[in-house]
Amino acid sequence: MSSLKEIDHGTPAVASTKTLSAKINGVSITVTEGTSIMRAASLNGIEIPKLCASDNLESFGSCRLCIVDHKDRTGFGYPSSCTTPITEGMDVTTHNEKLTHLRKNLMELYISDHPLDCNTCSADGDCELQDQASELNLLGANNILKPTRFNSIKNDHLGQPIDSSNPYFNFDPEKCIVCSRCVRACNEVQGTYALSLHDRSYDTQIKPGIAENFLESECVSCGACVQSCPTGSLIEKTVVEKGIPDKAVLTTCGYCGVGCSFKAELKNDEVVRMTPSKDGKANHGHSCVKGRFAWGYTNHVDRITKPMIREKITDSWQEVSWDRAVSFAADKLTKIQKEYGKQSIGGITSARTTNEEAFIVQKLIRTAFGNNNVDTCARVCHSPTGYGLKQTFGTSAGTQNFDSVLESDVIFVIGANPVVAHPVFASQIKKRIRQGAKLIVADPRRTEMVESPHIKADYHLPLLPGSNVPLINAFSHIAVTENLIDQNYIDQRCDIETFNDWKEFISLDIHAPENIEIATGLNATQIREAARLYASGKNSAIYYGLGVTEHSQGSTMVMGMANLAMATGNVGSVGCGVNPLRGQNNVQGSCDMGSFPHELAGYQPIENDTLRGAFEKKWQVTIQNKPGMRSLNMFDAAIAGKFKGIYIQGEDFVQSEPNIQHVEEAFKSMECVIVQDLFLTETASYAHVFFPATSFLEKDGTFTNAERRINRVRPIMEPISGKHEWEITQDLALAMGYQMNYSSSSEIMDEISQLAPTFKGVSFDKLDKLGSVQWPCNDEAPEGTPIMHIGEFVKGKGTFILTEYVPTTERANRKYPLLLTTGRNLTQYNVGTQTRRTANIIWGEDDVLEIHPADASTRGINNETLVLLRSRKGETTLKAVITENIPLGVVYTTFHNPETGANVVTTENSDWATNCPEYKVTAVEVEPAEHRSEWQINRAKELAQFRQIKST
Amino acid sequence: MTDLIKIYIPKETSACSVGADSIAEKINLLTQEHQHISIVRNGSWGAFWLEPFVEIEINGKRTGSSYLNKDISHLSSIEEFIDDFNKSKPFNILETEFIKQQTRLVFSRIGLQNPLDVDEYCNSGGYKGLEKSFEIGQQKTIDEIKKSGLNGRGGAAFPTGIKMQTVFDQEAKTKYVACNADEGDGGTFSDRLIMECDPFSLIEGMTIAAYSVGASHGYIYLRSEYPLAKYFLTEAIQILKSNNLLGENILGKNFTFDIELRIGAGSYVCGEETAMMESIEGKRGLVRSKPPLPAIKGLFNKPTLINNVITLASISAILLQGNEVFSQFGSGKSLGTMPYQLCGNIKQGGLIEVPFGITLNEMIYDFGAGTLSDKPVHAVQIGGPLGIYLPAHLFNTPLTVESLIDINGALGHGGVIVFDDSTNMALQAKFAMDFCQKESCGKCTPCRIGSVRGVELIDKIYNGTAVKADRILLEELCETMETTSLCAMGGMTPNPVRSIMKYFPNEMTN
Repeated sequence: MSSLKEIDHGTPAVASTKTLSAKINGVSITVTEGTSIMRAASLNGIEIPKLCASDNLESFGSCRLCIVDHKDRTGFGYPSSCTTPITEGMDVTTHNEKLTHLRKNLMELYISDHPLDCNTCSADGDCELQDQASELNLLGANNILKPTRFNSIKNDHLGQPIDSSNPYFNFDPEKCIVCSRCVRACNEVQGTYALSLHDRSYDTQIKPGIAENFLESECVSCGACVQSCPTGSLIEKTVVEKGIPDKAVLTTCGYCGVGCSFKAELKNDEVVRMTPSKDGKANHGHSCVKGRFAWGYTNHVDRITKPMIREKITDSWQEVSWDRAVSFAADKLTKIQKEYGKQSIGGITSARTTNEEAFIVQKLIRTAFGNNNVDTCARVCHSPTGYGLKQTFGTSAGTQNFDSVLESDVIFVIGANPVVAHPVFASQIKKRIRQGAKLIVADPRRTEMVESPHIKADYHLPLLPGSNVPLINAFSHIAVTENLIDQNYIDQRCDIETFNDWKEFISLDIHAPENIEIATGLNATQIREAARLYASGKNSAIYYGLGVTEHSQGSTMVMGMANLAMATGNVGSVGCGVNPLRGQNNVQGSCDMGSFPHELAGYQPIENDTLRGAFEKKWQVTIQNKPGMRSLNMFDAAIAGKFKGIYIQGEDFVQSEPNIQHVEEAFKSMECVIVQDLFLTETASYAHVFFPATSFLEKDGTFTNAERRINRVRPIMEPISGKHEWEITQDLALAMGYQMNYSSSSEIMDEISQLAPTFKGVSFDKLDKLGSVQWPCNDEAPEGTPIMHIGEFVKGKGTFILTEYVPTTERANRKYPLLLTTGRNLTQYNVGTQTRRTANIIWGEDDVLEIHPADASTRGINNETLVLLRSRKGETTLKAVITENIPLGVVYTTFHNPETGANVVTTENSDWATNCPEYKVTAVEVEPAEHRSEWQINRAKELAQFRQIKST
Repeated sequence: MTDLIKIYIPKETSACSVGADSIAEKINLLTQEHQHISIVRNGSWGAFWLEPFVEIEINGKRTGSSYLNKDISHLSSIEEFIDDFNKSKPFNILETEFIKQQTRLVFSRIGLQNPLDVDEYCNSGGYKGLEKSFEIGQQKTIDEIKKSGLNGRGGAAFPTGIKMQTVFDQEAKTKYVACNADEGDGGTFSDRLIMECDPFSLIEGMTIAAYSVGASHGYIYLRSEYPLAKYFLTEAIQILKSNNLLGENILGKNFTFDIELRIGAGSYVCGEETAMMESIEGKRGLVRSKPPLPAIKGLFNKPTLINNVITLASISAILLQGNEVFSQFGSGKSLGTMPYQLCGNIKQGGLIEVPFGITLNEMIYDFGAGTLSDKPVHAVQIGGPLGIYLPAHLFNTPLTVESLIDINGALGHGGVIVFDDSTNMALQAKFAMDFCQKESCGKCTPCRIGSVRGVELIDKIYNGTAVKADRILLEELCETMETTSLCAMGGMTPNPVRSIMKYFPNEMTN
């Protein structure tokens, strides 16, 4: 359930071009063919009673409350309006004495098997059973269900124990009305099939599959069942504790790049629950365990809410006023620049903050700092996407909206596991697969995308880490040599010269699948068949993740996919495209905001005098005309003694950057490290100034998701620290002598829209009106652009680029015979700063090493025992999990936990074009371990010291 | 030279339940050295009170005798057996009133021959129907069924030809034919008799149906409680496949049809066509809403022709004999013959295939010879556990689809159960609700909860603790179940209850 009722039309919308005319209660209506009577009535303002129907589920017809009468009805029975479509000329009556009488009798049956204790039920006032009872005059005093006329009841389901095993919600079987909405939501919306109906007839009950309880079941805690429950049977624990919310604020989730719209539901201005919004265009009312439930970190006891400073990192932190902290930081930065020169400081914008907050940080750097030493954490994830798609198509972003996948015929998922990393979009992919679309998955691991209930990839290509480029080249080779390309499309839409060069290149025998079997570890026939499937699909779509970008050939691979998509005519229409699955809520936005050293907002090259000139004019400064340092350059310069001060907005380099020891050394070499974050992160241990940041519940601004959708983030409370993040940055600018005087984040967006042409039509007013828009949003597309490159590429003609495969220098050898690749799990998010501070830890907070049984047995490794993971760069220990989901010779871990510090073993290798680190390939050896590694022990000691806060 | 002798011992569930197999075993032992004697395991004639009914054919003359409660274990030679048989006044069953009064169009082969002898089947007109269908084509085959007036024999009595036409008219690459062999009504056995005694006629009917609507795959959904039927169907499908009567290019025509046998899991409601489809698809046996009709969106969302065993077997009979032979009988919506199944407290129970319109009196006395207990008949339930109970003064009601509807009942699958005057009618009323309580799929509320409340209310009335309001509540409950249930299970459960309240009002209380 969800307070602040959204209109529920009862059955899903139907796509048809044909319309029908009918009458409901004497009023003439026109609806799309296939529309149910219930929906037709609802669309015309007539609400038909219902309990089992919901417009996000296929009609079911079990509660029977929605029965109606119509002129052509025959026989005894009244049809259920949810399952009966409108027919031409139908004359429907939804309410009359007879129907009310029958509905009342039906409700009495429900109530006869339901507790009569509404006043002590947590769902009191937020219960559809109660609502229907109220309509039919079956409620007594205090809105409690009245006893029914059945006064000789011998059989009921009362008194059963509550299943409270899940950390976020309870299941109370005695309040269950067996409408099956939870089961259907789990199947149809989430696609996990964790719930089922047990037994039959009156004994029918909802069970979490064959498990004893929800926690032990296959449930992924997405919340869809809780959302769909019409009674208090499935209910959030926070509602049980705090009561039914009385207010809701529409906002956007702060976790991954899907950017789900949520209603923050409040009671007494305190968040009681987060419920997904049906109007959210990215999520359509669906959610995952992180966004739906894991928001408790926002008021976690570890949260730092006061500014702090210290001279040396070995000193204890000292809490100070905002003024003191800002002037301390400004003085230090000014002093450093005076001593070491203008280039000696820089800053990092965050992919977790709003667009406005990111924009103002890069503005601070380009104005108050007077240099272009700005970078963003997209550097370490999707910078190759930005580069590769810009080179080929002309924009640094994915081509489609999420809904496009519902029209794909072939879905090619490469180096991504959306089921855990982008769960809400994965549910949409799964839905399409269940509808019959074909699926190709290229991933070393047998992920949930490869096989799960009602999902089986037509082709799983478990390629060796680092061999993406030969694979994609082989796909293109097959498309070209077997004449599966769309020559007409190419002739009209692409640059023929580059195409011809590419055609000649890709036709070379070295790209034939038979010649890349060793490099990829794949079978040539399988590659050939999968490639044919992609190339011959009507609408073929590519979805990819960091398994594509985080390689030394990340940019090559992105361009390889773009080449393939263009050659087969799969860019510029619905159902196809090349789509990055973005990891963070605003990683797209932070890139859009000019966070890279070489680009101004809207991807305008810094070296272009005209474009830069517009910014200079607006900002009243001279902007340096050469790109500044990338983050990796900053670290190298720091170690070389040339880079001394950094302002880091919400990024935990010391856990997320590869080769941690190198990064630690860089930070120790600096004189002023300013960290703006929610918690004392690993990086904050090396900081001199700590600015307490705001959580997404306090922010006022916009996030841009992976489909370029700009969503509003609305505050439900004032910043706990007393300052919005844009205010902190503005204060720092002022303290350093640069004038900024925004009075709201809305004004910052107005400035963005003036400076970045793709944002020209964006304003908070418009977003509030339309809900969201996808950029480009300008005069040509005032309501945004769901799908890009329709008719013409942004750059004019699509460019083919030769994608020669240069293998990484990181190779397995006798000393390091295994290849480590990294990824995520469902319940933890990135470096775990947030999710480790929620009840999600019930599902585990440790990183584990997945290893193939044969690799484990030759090393004497037992399941669930500690192992030492060693690379050329460093070593750490973690638990091994033996599984056949990982191929022989490959091991896998996550990087959620700082104690593991998985990145202590990863290398500094990076993408040739963008320096995106090669997290996905590290040669390692694994052996049984007795105790934690030396690095882990020393680090724990050191960090404990660096984290002390002086008691006041 | 000795005369050739054939000994017929039925291999059919009711005959086997009273010892047919052990008789066959014994006779087999006794005839080991007798080349001139052969044993035929035929089907049952449907005269169950005679089972095990053993027949001997010598010189083309076939007579039989009931071996019920007869011990033959002491016999030491086949001569002794035949001698004993001849002393028992054997008779020709075809000359008995029970059979003579019947018009066996669909059940013409049961009892007569070995159900798995495909040559005998073809020699008795088998596969002539399919040949004719191939000859006249799809539409004309459907027309033939329409003209015959055949209605579905599973219970709903929907016009078969119209259903076939609907499936035929769907533009779809894949279509299915599904045979509903989940004969779950207590006291019914006509489907079982066809499957055990003449399985080829069912499969031929399915093949004709599949050809005419454009399906290439069929399912038979058989209840698990029919192991012998499973045996016969499995064998029959195998035999027909090896005779090019199933599979690819049947009878040399460019037509492929395969049949898969699916066994139910003990659920009554899976005999409801939509629940049956769910079950065939491997899902929980939940009833689906209609629309969409299965003929438009059925099994695996494809157009599906779903028919009962008798309906499909009738199709081969109609194609073989011509629609007029069928439609000459009966009137209105009740054309052709109907296989009534007489059982309960009755002397001569069994299968009675006669034209529609027979009365209960004729059935009970002319065929059934009165109650087994010799007590007066008190009530008759027609149409299975969800059928109405009729009192003696309505026994002259002609049994047709329409006449039963007129008295708020349904002919259903043709089951007729006889009760004598020792019957506790209140418990019969409770049984109806209790049956629904146990067999409901659990999807819709009136059926799932209503049936439980129904049992409780009837108990209360029976115990004498009910007040007027409880009786009104029971009436309302019946109305709610009838008018709001998702399928006929909940919708028809009130029928027996109401009929008892109406016709036996004084018997509701102990």
